[in-house]
Amino acid sequence: MSTQLSLGRVARAVAAKDLRIEMRSRVVVNQVFPFAGLVMVMFAFALDNDDVLTRVAGGLVWLATLFSLIVIIQRSFAVDTADGALEAQRVAGLDPAGIFVGKALAVMVQLVTLEIMLFVAAVVLYRVQLHADGAVLLVTCVLSATAGLSLVGTLYGGLTAGSRGRETLLPLLMLPVVAPVLIGATRATESAFTSGGAAVSDGWPWVGVLVVFAAVFGLGGILSFGSLIEE
Amino acid sequence: MDAQTFNARVATPTTRLVGAMAIVSLAWVVIGGLFITPKDVDQGDAVRIMYVHVPTAWVAYLAFIVTAVASACWLLSRKHSMGFDRVAGASAEVGVVFMAMTLLSGSLWGRITWGTYWAWDPRLTTTSFLLVTYIGYLAVRGLGGSLEQRARRSAVIALLAVLEIPLVHFSVLMWRSLHQKASVLSGDGDIKMDGSMLTTLLVGVIGFTMTFAWLVLHRQRVLAMQDAMQMTQLDAALRERADESKGLK
Repeated sequence: MSTQLSLGRVARAVAAKDLRIEMRSRVVVNQVFPFAGLVMVMFAFALDNDDVLTRVAGGLVWLATLFSLIVIIQRSFAVDTADGALEAQRVAGLDPAGIFVGKALAVMVQLVTLEIMLFVAAVVLYRVQLHADGAVLLVTCVLSATAGLSLVGTLYGGLTAGSRGRETLLPLLMLPVVAPVLIGATRATESAFTSGGAAVSDGWPWVGVLVVFAAVFGLGGILSFGSLIEE
Repeated sequence: MDAQTFNARVATPTTRLVGAMAIVSLAWVVIGGLFITPKDVDQGDAVRIMYVHVPTAWVAYLAFIVTAVASACWLLSRKHSMGFDRVAGASAEVGVVFMAMTLLSGSLWGRITWGTYWAWDPRLTTTSFLLVTYIGYLAVRGLGGSLEQRARRSAVIALLAVLEIPLVHFSVLMWRSLHQKASVLSGDGDIKMDGSMLTTLLVGVIGFTMTFAWLVLHRQRVLAMQDAMQMTQLDAALRERADESKGLK
């Protein structure tokens, strides 16, 4: 075959493949989603105060998301490294940038689904309230924050994928990088919930930070993913 | 490169000169910092921590910049000279030590002057993230594989850190500015400093920078020897296998 597939087509194919594997294996739905729910309940045990829970609900949702992100990224690359599928994709001449975007897209779909569940849990368990104008902010915040998380996660997941002992390195490398997302998404979510007296309008500058973050690491990942997965 | 080309004595006139300058200036800092400079009007003797704290912070950030520049040089240079990679690694190792020293001396100083070991100040928070990022960088260097792999991976990680740190700093800055009007560190900028204090601080910066240069020069040479040893052992193992297969024929 002489024609090279475009980045978009590779990304779509890789994302569809990852999501199809998840649809058939249901590992994330059956294992990671319950884990995230469990974390939400555990937070309530640890904090043991209804007012505090309502106040910090936004941060807890994003912390639970970060923990789940680690597991989802490991799963995302486990399916690729088990049979050398990642190498096969490289040998097949697929654009690494396309693989990167595709895997990030699949992770993003799974994460957004998880976050919807977590926000419902926050409303039920932590008694937060969401109004119409807050909902617009929340949806924008979820989409921009999740884009950043998926891109960074896939980038560092690609590096730590593969041979033994590297899985433990993922949180050490990834968590410091996503700290701005945790800060930004938490502040924006608190504004959306108007918890702690925050106004909804306070949240929008943070969405700007989240968008910049996703753009920077999206570009960084497209440029560097090939170097990172090359063995 | 052949292992035999290395001399057993690793010092050169340059490293000796740098080392001597480091010793002299550090001795000056010890004497000036502990005995000659006056006490601070507000802080008393606690201000003497500054002569260590400020230079180590400077060196830590310098080390990070050296690692980033050396990594970029490795990626961009056509030859992919391993020297760049080793300087990046050596500088990061020294940087971690100095960054830890900065945080330690800073939190002790903070305990005395602010009454707390830690404040969520943007500068403190960014520095601590830099430390963790550096530790991660060193872990990536230790992943194994070929020298080329190590160089490529760690160079990309070092450059990603350059993207990460401004974002962390900016978001912490924005976070704090929304929640806490005045930072504990603000207002420190316009402190009037005695001449001997300023000189000692300046000599401290020079002395610690010389120490950094000396450490990096030697460390990258040790790394070069380790790399050469790895290659020699690989060659030896290959020769052994080749001889074995000859013997079988």
